[in-house]
Amino acid sequence: MIRQVFYLFSLVVLFTVSGCGYNTMQANEEAVKAAWGDVEASYQRRNDLIPNLVEVVKGYAKHERETLSAVTEARAKVGTVQIAKNITDDPTAFAKFQEAQGAMSSALSRLMVVVERYPDLKANQNFQDLQHQLEGTENRINVARTRYNKAVEVFNTSLRVFPNSLTNSLLLHLKLKEPFKAEAGAEKAPKVQFP
Amino acid sequence: MIRLQRSVHRGPCASLLALFTLALLCTCSAHALDVPKLRGYVNDYADMISPSAKTELEKELRSFEKTDSTQIVILTIPSLEGEVMEEFSIRVAEAWKIGQKGKDNGIIFIVAKQERKMRIEVGRGLEGRLTDLMAGRIVDLVVKPRFKREDFDGGFVAGVSSLIDATRGEFKVDVTQRPARQEKSSQLLTFLIFGGIILLILGSMSRILGGAAGAVALPAMAHFAGFSPGLGAVVVLALLGFGAGLLLPLLFSAGGHYRGGGGFSPGGGFFGTGSSPGGGDFSGGGSDFGGGGGGDFGGGGASGDW
Repeated sequence: MIRQVFYLFSLVVLFTVSGCGYNTMQANEEAVKAAWGDVEASYQRRNDLIPNLVEVVKGYAKHERETLSAVTEARAKVGTVQIAKNITDDPTAFAKFQEAQGAMSSALSRLMVVVERYPDLKANQNFQDLQHQLEGTENRINVARTRYNKAVEVFNTSLRVFPNSLTNSLLLHLKLKEPFKAEAGAEKAPKVQFP
Repeated sequence: MIRLQRSVHRGPCASLLALFTLALLCTCSAHALDVPKLRGYVNDYADMISPSAKTELEKELRSFEKTDSTQIVILTIPSLEGEVMEEFSIRVAEAWKIGQKGKDNGIIFIVAKQERKMRIEVGRGLEGRLTDLMAGRIVDLVVKPRFKREDFDGGFVAGVSSLIDATRGEFKVDVTQRPARQEKSSQLLTFLIFGGIILLILGSMSRILGGAAGAVALPAMAHFAGFSPGLGAVVVLALLGFGAGLLLPLLFSAGGHYRGGGGFSPGGGFFGTGSSPGGGDFSGGGSDFGGGGGGDFGGGGASGDW
């Protein structure tokens, strides 16, 4: 009896460990999750910077109420988008997230254009510090998005190739993940630069 | 070129093909600026640093790595060739892997001479100490004024000492390299367990088969584990494996008593004590630069121009 169980067990183990891709797909999904965590964290970081930025700009550029309120509204909208656990394999939720963040990006870039008209503000140390932080955050977002897309590509490929696709439909039932798509506005992050 | 000339003799079709591949190669290499080779702490491809400043910088950076394990590397390039500084610098960071693995404590200071642009790229592990803000201030207040006066030596030396001041004490050099060894032994354990199971199966079919498998498997496992046993050791291991292959199934089939744990443990002990010298020591060189240690970057840091 024990002997037969061992035969069966070892067969199963051998099969799963070698060629059918069970472990590969699991590992790739974890990689996607980790990369998504970075994406979310860097977007959150940007969101946290915005109240300070708005506050500093307000002090110097009172007349730009419209631009400022656009930024605040975009931030509020980003806050309302619920980030579900399975957002990476839900195309509609993912599109919503990307749209909200894209609106945030374009509102920010408009603000940065406006700021150019206020030399006093640009010379303010507080503002320069914020500028550096914002710049760094935008760069992190870019890096995180690129890495996430790479991880998704690897994962999706590992789901589609032959023995893995069989394993997935029988055992794992994983769904394809959504990559970030280049779109007008979202891809052009506000390029903040000082002379 | 040789290939091209040869193909001309073969006929128009072949030469066309060769030309096409050549053109393809050219467009590929022109598309993105290649990441230059990592030569040491100071990689002065744009000839901006004088030899005396270079030796000073290298000395300082080497001693800093010795005490704190944090790696700081300088790269100057003549031109970005149209590429965005941030995209180039993250590619450099991904290729060079400056900083120790797991600590991610690397910093790359990149300067593009023609575009008059610079960037401090900060590894993940240092982002807490050397924030984007701090890096930005070093760029703006320490390096930029000196670069504006064309005092490149002064800018690099002052910039590097500010970077060192900002990150000193965040990390310490590890004396023992524990993580690598742990990984190795856990790998060995799975090897052992699977090996044991396969032995059991073979042994329960026929005792001789199990013994033979054991005799082959044990030296093979020793080989995979990174030993290079001599002939005598191989014979001893083979005998041991033969014994294990004979005895293990016996233990299991003894009326269904589960005494496998006792059967496995001596083997585990044997390998556990033997596996201490982990291969692949990276920082073998005494005084020379050992290369990037596998540090990870997440896009932190700051850029500037002058």
